[in-house]
Amino acid sequence: MTAYLKLDHIDKSFARGNQVSEVLKDIRLTIDKGEFVSIIGHSGCGKSTLLNLVAGLTKVSAGAVLLEDKEVDSPGPERAVVFQNHSLLPWLTVYENINLAVSKVFGRSKSKAERHDWIMRNLDLVQMAHAKDKRPAEISGGMKQRVGIARALAMEPKILLLDEPFGALDALTRAHLQDAVMDIHSRLGSTTIMITHDVDEAVLLSDRIVMMTNGPAATIGEVLAVPLARPRRRVELSSDRTFLRCREAVLKFLYERHRFVEAAE
Amino acid sequence: MSIQTIEDTKVKAFPAKPAAVIAFTARARRRFDPLAIAGKLASALVPPIVVIALMLVVWQIACSSPTSSLPPPTQVWNEAYDLIAHPFFDNGPQDIGLAWRVLISLQRVAIGFGLAAIVGVALGALVGQSIWAMRGLDPVFQILRTVPPLAWLPLSLAAFRDSSPSAIFVIFITSIWPIIINTAVGVRNIPEDYRNVSRILRLNQFEFFVKIMVPAAAPYIFTGLRIGIGLSWLAIVAAEMLTGGVGIGFFIWDAWNSSRLPDIIVALAYIGVTGFCLDRLVAAVGAFVTRGTTAK
Repeated sequence: MTAYLKLDHIDKSFARGNQVSEVLKDIRLTIDKGEFVSIIGHSGCGKSTLLNLVAGLTKVSAGAVLLEDKEVDSPGPERAVVFQNHSLLPWLTVYENINLAVSKVFGRSKSKAERHDWIMRNLDLVQMAHAKDKRPAEISGGMKQRVGIARALAMEPKILLLDEPFGALDALTRAHLQDAVMDIHSRLGSTTIMITHDVDEAVLLSDRIVMMTNGPAATIGEVLAVPLARPRRRVELSSDRTFLRCREAVLKFLYERHRFVEAAE
Repeated sequence: MSIQTIEDTKVKAFPAKPAAVIAFTARARRRFDPLAIAGKLASALVPPIVVIALMLVVWQIACSSPTSSLPPPTQVWNEAYDLIAHPFFDNGPQDIGLAWRVLISLQRVAIGFGLAAIVGVALGALVGQSIWAMRGLDPVFQILRTVPPLAWLPLSLAAFRDSSPSAIFVIFITSIWPIIINTAVGVRNIPEDYRNVSRILRLNQFEFFVKIMVPAAAPYIFTGLRIGIGLSWLAIVAAEMLTGGVGIGFFIWDAWNSSRLPDIIVALAYIGVTGFCLDRLVAAVGAFVTRGTTAK
């Protein structure tokens, strides 16, 4: 069986004048349909670059991103991104922000009424239907991120890409949103790649955790499977053996074998 | 004061429900208190009125001597009373009220400035979007924008062979530079995230322009438009002095040639007030259109 998403020997380097800095080297990864994969690593290891490569926002230097055996090298709605800072358009209401995506993606295939229902269904999914006429400036950070997720889901993507989606949120809001993402993942079975630097978050949400070595020329150091049954509940897991073992494995990788050295930057 | 007394009596008359009564009067006071509104108006209006009155007094004293070359305010009032009191009279082709003349000048500004706004935003978007367009066009813009408005007039007279399109062209060429430059800065400052959103949605150039670029750059665009409208009002008066016609600028030139100094002073007041109103109009439209854009 061929993989749903395949990252095939990807290198990425940025050229600035005469200087060429190698960011990613020989990235090899396959992801199955419906899988939830987290990518974790220290800051500056190129994990956001990796996500941008999958999204098509930046081009690979060598190798290829294959989605269902087709090479992708430009961005598109079938690989929807939830950005760290939500990036909702501030002059549009919550509804209009999602409508921008829906009317572009489904402008031909769905009627106006169907598009409206689809927008409201996605807003319901993230429990934001009540704020549909508010502008992004009028809602909280957590709510903005919910709307960002709804906008991505409304594109009906083959792969959902989350770029540190909860990084800018406080701990409680973050927990709420993690639960919301788990719930959505179990309902829709969406294939998801999430960038994070939070170990607990990675273990709680993922089927597999991809651990990156430090840059320059970062690569995948280790891939850890998280054999926890779903649905997962954070309170029960906090003393679960498997959970703690996975957590320890990630921590050891990050803080013993690949300790972040500031001077190396 | 009388309102106060009535409210007091009410409270005393219904002691059973004091909270409700107090809540009602408190809200009522905030909404309809004529004293507070009058106070706000006074604090906004009294200082400029005092300053204007003082200026008039100083002017009166300075120009009262019989040898004075300029007329004092009383003489302006007496001799130009027709122009001040009847802005809309119409006694034939060259004898019309100042409001009509201002409107004719405004019409020229509307055409010239409107064209400048359309072309300026389009060119600004191009310069902001494309690094090569910027490298090529920016130096040209930076040089051309320093050319004074009237320096364009002989060329445009030669090109259009008619005074009215020449005046409109002068307005266009004067007001377009700040619009181009500000739009370009606004477009260059569009957050990378908005561009990424549009790339993921595969918006085409036109959709990106209408749905992302113009709203995102709107605060900058309106700054440019506001500078532009001020410049075009400066330019029209000067251009009309030279091209003739029935605008407010030519009126001043005409009054100077027939030594009607009081008329010139009244016309200056008209020009100033109109320019002020234009500026505020564009600022108000900008504030309305960009509401929500600046808030993150």
